[in-house]
Amino acid sequence: MHGIYRKTPSQDEQEASALKAIELRDLQSQFLHLHHNKIYTKEALETSAKLLEVNPEHYTGWNYRKLAVQHFLNHQSETEADSESIQSVLNEELKVVENALKKNFKSYGAWYHRKWVLSKGHSSTDNELRLLVKFQKLDSRNFNAWNYRRFITMLKKISDEEELQYTTDMIYDNFSNYSAWHNRSVLLSHLFEKRGERQSHKESVLEEEFEFVRNALFTDPDDQSGWFYHLWLLDQTVKLEPFLLSSWPPHGSSRSVDYLDGRNLFPSMHSLSKDRMFPLVLYFSEPVEGVNSSTVTIECEYYANEDVIWRPLSANKFGFSQVWFTYLNLPDEVHSLKDCHVKVFVAQFPDIVSSSGFSCSQTSHIVFSLCVPSHDREHAEGQTVPRFSWKDKEFYSHATQSHDASLLRSLHQLKIAEESKSKAASDWSMKIISNEIAHCRELLSSTNCKIGKLTLARLLMAQNKLISYGIPNDGIEVHYEEILGLYHDLMKLDPVHICCYEDESSLVLLKQVTSSMESILRYCYQYGDSTSPRMYPCLCLRLNGLSLSQIGSVERLLWIQMLDLSHNKIRSIEGLEALQLLSCLNLSNNKICSFTALEPLRSLKSLKVLNISYNEIGAHAVNTRRYLCSSPMTHTVENDWNFKEFTNSGVKLTNHWDVFFIFRDLNLIQLDIMGNAVVNDQLKSFLFKLMPSLKWLDGENRN
Amino acid sequence: MGELKTEKHVEYILSVEKRKDDFVSVVMEHLRLNGAYWGLTTLDILGKLEAVDQDEVVSWVMQCQHKSGGFGGNIGHDPHLLYTLSAIQVLALFDKIEVLDIEKVSNYIAGLQNEDGSFSGDMWGEVDTRFSYIAICSLALLHQLDKINVEKAVKYILSCQNLDGGFGCTPGAESHAGQIFCCVGALAITGSLHHVDEDLLGWWLCERQVKSGGLNGRPEKLPDVCYSWWVLSSLIMIDRVHWIDKEKLVKFILDCQDKENGGISDRPDDAVDVFHTYFGVAGKC
Repeated sequence: MHGIYRKTPSQDEQEASALKAIELRDLQSQFLHLHHNKIYTKEALETSAKLLEVNPEHYTGWNYRKLAVQHFLNHQSETEADSESIQSVLNEELKVVENALKKNFKSYGAWYHRKWVLSKGHSSTDNELRLLVKFQKLDSRNFNAWNYRRFITMLKKISDEEELQYTTDMIYDNFSNYSAWHNRSVLLSHLFEKRGERQSHKESVLEEEFEFVRNALFTDPDDQSGWFYHLWLLDQTVKLEPFLLSSWPPHGSSRSVDYLDGRNLFPSMHSLSKDRMFPLVLYFSEPVEGVNSSTVTIECEYYANEDVIWRPLSANKFGFSQVWFTYLNLPDEVHSLKDCHVKVFVAQFPDIVSSSGFSCSQTSHIVFSLCVPSHDREHAEGQTVPRFSWKDKEFYSHATQSHDASLLRSLHQLKIAEESKSKAASDWSMKIISNEIAHCRELLSSTNCKIGKLTLARLLMAQNKLISYGIPNDGIEVHYEEILGLYHDLMKLDPVHICCYEDESSLVLLKQVTSSMESILRYCYQYGDSTSPRMYPCLCLRLNGLSLSQIGSVERLLWIQMLDLSHNKIRSIEGLEALQLLSCLNLSNNKICSFTALEPLRSLKSLKVLNISYNEIGAHAVNTRRYLCSSPMTHTVENDWNFKEFTNSGVKLTNHWDVFFIFRDLNLIQLDIMGNAVVNDQLKSFLFKLMPSLKWLDGENRN
Repeated sequence: MGELKTEKHVEYILSVEKRKDDFVSVVMEHLRLNGAYWGLTTLDILGKLEAVDQDEVVSWVMQCQHKSGGFGGNIGHDPHLLYTLSAIQVLALFDKIEVLDIEKVSNYIAGLQNEDGSFSGDMWGEVDTRFSYIAICSLALLHQLDKINVEKAVKYILSCQNLDGGFGCTPGAESHAGQIFCCVGALAITGSLHHVDEDLLGWWLCERQVKSGGLNGRPEKLPDVCYSWWVLSSLIMIDRVHWIDKEKLVKFILDCQDKENGGISDRPDDAVDVFHTYFGVAGKC
């Protein structure tokens, strides 16, 4: 019980309490009788007032008083409207509320009743404001009071600017007033929206706010309120127009179409299919919508732009997405073709919009070329599919072979077209961030404040993001080691939140790994030797054993066909859905807790080899990804699956709906799942049935 | 130092059920239906639901139903969404949903949706995102979600999303762990969690864990066992529960037990009640 100390009551206390109980019980049953019989006499009203003073949580009491007021008002209209008596009746209600609030300042029923009375329009809103100031001096965090204040200021049409001044006063009174800071952010957001286009005004307001919050942060760095507000200011500072970050195929590349549709890896799988379909992927700087065949046009001799359908590629497939894709089809007759050029124009009209409302105003373009090799495909038919091995000995450190090196080079410039970065706003953002970094460092030089360190790490990453967008930065370089060091300190300083810091620092590490050609080459290996007739030599990115807990920097990894993420701490594979060329994926020895966590794989049409062995599927009572996955559980997918062909598979389907959901659209050749608590023979035979293409399961051949 | 004193808690809950005449019970008479839900669910979690007389409980629950189809907090009290959900949940616990006139209850609930997608708690019009959750959760349990405009309901909830990633009770209201649970829960049930910034909200939520291991409901407030549920459950739904220290939280909950008389309180050494007993036990599991 809030605020009541635990102790065994004395004999006297027990007796007194028993008496009080009898009194209250009588009062309550008396009241209910009056209510059910619709008795609204003066005495009856006094009973209800007494009840609400003792027990303001008795919600039926408040209902009764509203009925009584209505009853009175109805009678008033029969005689002459007497505004004085109406006011006195309503004032009585306000008094009852005040008495109730004295008993319980947080009573929802009391506050709402006051609101209901004020809505009738006969009461003084000035009184209310005076009362609110009094209340808020007593408890500045009471959100019922703040909500009521919002209601009154709206009734009185008080301007946002005036209210802003009120929050300023409250904050000067006490910096540790999260409620006031919160209100401030709400008011400023309204003002920004209203001002619309005047970016320069927004900039000067933000600069003032940074200075204002700095007072709070330096005065008491361990109070959270100012830091949360600072985070919001930072978010407002780095809001830029969205633009195209990267694409697959990349600008300026020249690829054999075999490479693009995965034929190079599994030629025997494709020899019977005639269509030459390959993905075209656009990766934006932030989630956008409005990507369609009018905002993005494709020029290609063999392809009609109007037929192109662009789809968002995020785990949830709704509306806004950072990644958009389509498939391009080369007609069957095109057997051998040299250098077919494809031009993609992005943002022909400013209809591509980010969720913060900024539109992609500058057009960018990608040009790449394809060729179709005219080799004889027949030798690949009839070959048995070899089992893929992830063992170290299969991988050779990457030698800079010309075609792969040029591929990587084009990726690491992330160069779409120079004109696609909006200049002015971003210069200001860079200036502010650098400023804040300096102030943060100053603060940290005299205090070892946890949120301060976290904020510095986040500021440095924000600066890094702006630098990677090509915004001039006076030669400041990104020092990943410093940022990783900050997270390392945080894990020691604040071990309670260690996993949060691990997640954030995984993203930093991946940014570092993908930051330059030199660094990414260290993690690139060649699979198999070049003498193997079955496969073309293939690049594998090996990021195993790096303590990664999540995936990031995907915009730089769109070229990946083979990825080894084993022996990490991965729980979520969000981000992988963008890797449309991914054919071989190793997620063994991680922390994947459910099949629903694998939802991003459903988008990977090229995936053939998957290793999820030695994870934690089936080991946890609670599935924490259940509601993040679109499924019948979240009422987003119609439950019209055709289970009939699987009814005799020996598996209780309702228990394994997630297996059905994830694997039924995959065409895996090889799957490893051992070492997960959920695995048993029934599950394995179900998987064979679900995926006719599956040849190897945990090393066992289908036959 | 710590284990959950299951037997004591069961005894405590059963004693509360029988005790109708002491002051605390009388003053909470109007929300007895909520209390029933908390107490019975706790018994169920602890595997002791059969200790109560199911028929007696079900019959009493049905007597709390008003002619409008909604349920009041006790017999004779006015109907309200708050108690309607508890009624449905208690019946579901006993697998007795069939005693309900589902059409009637669903219509009562659906009738409380407003033009802007929000829900009023009852005919008097108080709007709060808690009521959005209650309506959506109730109707999902009854398989009647199509009786409301889900899209608008979601839109209203999103209009209460704040700049710190959390949610308040109405647009512009401050983020609070209880409201966050309600909004995230409603979004989860309707498959709309992609509108939530899991990292931003996850960080706000995990910062509720203070040095003692307990969780508070908002920045710079005291920890309270009931937030073990609101915060923890929200973190689970957005897959960020690994961002708090579970062991420290469990220790905090166990420290809030009254080891002699049973029951759990909001923080160590405060008086126990059924509300916090439920949240403590649920959080620990």
